[in-house]
Amino acid sequence: MARFPFSAIVGQDEMKQALLIAAVDPSVGGVMVFGDRGTGKSTAARALAALLPPITAIENCPYGCSKEESERYPDVCGSGPLRKRAVPFVDLPLGATEDRVIGSLDLERALRSGEKGFEPGLLARAHRGFLYIDEINLLEDHLVDLLLDVAASGENVVEREGLSVRHPAKFVLIGSGNPEEGELRPQLLDRFGLSVEVRTPSEIETRIQIMRLVAERESDPQAFSDKWAGEDEKILRQIARGKARLPKLVPGENLLRDAAELCLAVGADGLRGELTLMRAARALAALKGAKEVKREHLVEIAPSALRHRLRRDVLDETGSGARITRAIDELFG
Amino acid sequence: MNDADPRGLAGAVPEPPDPMEDALIAARLFLAAPSRFGGMVLRGSGPARDALVAALGERMAAEGRPWRRMPGHVDDERLLGGIDIAASLAAGRPVAQSGLVEEAAGGALVAPMAERIEDGVAGRLAQALDEGAGQTGAAPALVLLDDSTDPDESPPVSLIERLAFSCDLAASRMWQDLALPGEDTLDPGGITPLTDKALGALAATAEALGVYSVRPLLFASETARAHAALAGRSEATEADLSAAVRLVLAPRATRLPPVEQQEQDQPEPDQPPPEQPQDDSSDPPEGGEDERSEDERQKQQDELEEMLVEAAEAAIPKDLLEQLAKGNAPRRTGGASGTGQKKKAGTRGKPLGARPGMPRGGNRLALIDTLRAAVPWQQVRRRERALEGRTDEAPILMRKEDLRIRRYEEKAPRVTIFAVDASGSAAAARLAEAKGAVELMLAQAYVTRSEVALVAFRGDNAELLLPPTRSLTRAKRALSGLPGGGGTPLALGLNAARECAESVIGKGRTASLVILTDGRANIDANGQPGRKQAGEDAEAAARAIAARGIEALVVDISPRPAREGQALADAMRGRFLALPRADAKTLQSAINAAQPGGGRRAA
Repeated sequence: MARFPFSAIVGQDEMKQALLIAAVDPSVGGVMVFGDRGTGKSTAARALAALLPPITAIENCPYGCSKEESERYPDVCGSGPLRKRAVPFVDLPLGATEDRVIGSLDLERALRSGEKGFEPGLLARAHRGFLYIDEINLLEDHLVDLLLDVAASGENVVEREGLSVRHPAKFVLIGSGNPEEGELRPQLLDRFGLSVEVRTPSEIETRIQIMRLVAERESDPQAFSDKWAGEDEKILRQIARGKARLPKLVPGENLLRDAAELCLAVGADGLRGELTLMRAARALAALKGAKEVKREHLVEIAPSALRHRLRRDVLDETGSGARITRAIDELFG
Repeated sequence: MNDADPRGLAGAVPEPPDPMEDALIAARLFLAAPSRFGGMVLRGSGPARDALVAALGERMAAEGRPWRRMPGHVDDERLLGGIDIAASLAAGRPVAQSGLVEEAAGGALVAPMAERIEDGVAGRLAQALDEGAGQTGAAPALVLLDDSTDPDESPPVSLIERLAFSCDLAASRMWQDLALPGEDTLDPGGITPLTDKALGALAATAEALGVYSVRPLLFASETARAHAALAGRSEATEADLSAAVRLVLAPRATRLPPVEQQEQDQPEPDQPPPEQPQDDSSDPPEGGEDERSEDERQKQQDELEEMLVEAAEAAIPKDLLEQLAKGNAPRRTGGASGTGQKKKAGTRGKPLGARPGMPRGGNRLALIDTLRAAVPWQQVRRRERALEGRTDEAPILMRKEDLRIRRYEEKAPRVTIFAVDASGSAAAARLAEAKGAVELMLAQAYVTRSEVALVAFRGDNAELLLPPTRSLTRAKRALSGLPGGGGTPLALGLNAARECAESVIGKGRTASLVILTDGRANIDANGQPGRKQAGEDAEAAARAIAARGIEALVVDISPRPAREGQALADAMRGRFLALPRADAKTLQSAINAAQPGGGRRAA
């Protein structure tokens, strides 16, 4: 069945916004979604991947490289004709082995012909698309380290089993997890660009609306997609315009000062917070079609950009979101 | 209508005399559209469940649909397919094997002992349910046989979420000549979508039961429609909604429906009617009609909702009901979160060298060692092959016995179990510090990758407040709900802590106990007061801990430490710390210093 239309997802505005920002400017970094099961996390991520226009890639390239990239990695991409393919969406299963994630020695080829070949893993498949990890907090630490490292560098370097392979792996990492079931180490959380908290919709009306939409889709998927195609198209245009606008937006001196002050006030460790805050505000402004990046953009995106970077004070009961709002009120009134 | 007894509606809800009746309805819906409903969870091991599973299997086989059993320890290759290494080596060419998920597509996978399914396997199954598997994209349905007896144990939540039905057949007596209803096919287009009233009632019922995820809600509405279709109705009625609530929502309840709501609702049907005639006669306001019909609609909705909530209450499994009544929401943590830990040792840690084995289930091939093992035999093997009349171009002839896998050594994850004396004597001043220390230890658990569990004892019982976890959020909630006061059932507390430690050790981790008490027991192992018996029982419990070889640390937190604490530590062959005036931070660092280093364990 076709993916659920992005525009038909009820509520969850913060998550949708974060995903759109990641689509406009992947350099913001991945999105971490905190929340319970059955809140539409993976539905939203999948829907966004399905919404985006197909990418143009070298036909037989296992990584789906574009023409420019294939020049950087001539040994792996080959030089086939260019073909369109859908934006990849890779769902990383919990308990995936390192081999499957980063790729491994091609056992089949090694056994058959004694050749040493590389069998690309999930990172290769996710290149230029989305890598979604449900319950990332239950994933083994060394895998999370590795994923975040590749996501940040955009390149997967394999040096093991006598292999020495380097291939591009630029993807938007989307992690999700319920902090009730175990938490991610702070240094890993910090690597995510944005974080959002999703709650299961509590208004009966919203829940009814979800049931209604899903039932409608089940009975006639095609008609349902057609019905929402127009709305999806609008979002697509919004992303495209945002992407085009992004390079023209240069945050002013004042905005940089605001970002620095805010990070200092909430006690967000490290420079990454400031950088992400600035980039996310810029992407948000681009998405909204603004002429320049304003303080309002910064304020709007601050909770998502900083929430997961605050130092955890075990004896302080206030939630991170509340601490950020308080700091914003004090600083910018 | 005035006379209508709102409770009269309850009569419409058939009191299920045997859980099998509902299970048969679920089975019928499931058989009509396995992949649509994801599958079912069958709890309560016994002849009734065996009979149902057998009947389901027969029906599937008769319809030519696959029905495969899946052991909990299934490996990736078998589950998802891949290269069959042994066959490939024998044949000298790659031999693919299909996975269970693919083989069972269009039918069902049956998982016995589902509470033991590892997280990794669960993740893959969940993915298959969401996205389909293999080239065809068809997914198998899942039938989980849940044999757990411990309320903290359950099949992985990620799977339960994705399966519509859950039935507990422990109490069923219907296993003789169990007959499944006739073959059905479902036409989703044939049933009118549920009305807003019906959707609203389902949503409100889910809310009342504390079912927050949207997936069960979607399953419930789907179930109501399918139930109507099977009964030949074109529109879902109360009976259909009630079935959906019983089969889908009730087993997931995390709380009992609020009682006051029902009491409030009760007088309502009596009160509005007398007012209505007055309104009508005096002043028929504009839109009055609408308003009233709105009221009317609202009332009907409330009645429907009430009926559904009652149906749900009757269908909540008994043990769950007891748990909920006690105010304990069942904590459904991943069933086999511990068994996963054991396996990790095969994939990471300090390398130890290679040993013969198959590279699967996360074990990595040690290529060089494998080649080294194969090389000396090449001449012989080539000769053998020639005798068999086969010539091979392969540069190296490998056999299964050549394969070597890597071994690693890993630190066994440590679980620190706090047993906190919350009795009147110990608690009054010290409980806050103990709580603070536990929180600080937990905050540190990020770094050390250790986990924390909490047992509290006071009055006449001991309770595992917090099963082993790394979650700060949960720990804080458990701690803040910990009251103080009452007697000191030290023996009960020690026993509870020991049981927790045993289950941790059983999962391949290292357990250590930290007991915060003043050691002055005055409630015995049976919950009866009496200082002498209590002291003897506590000593026996302490000796049991020593006998199991569990590391223990007794921290005397009373303002004037006495010899009881030391005696207790001696009895469990543990260490003793007297910290009469320590705050949370001091307590934490003292405990850290007293704990020996993490145990090492070879894979």
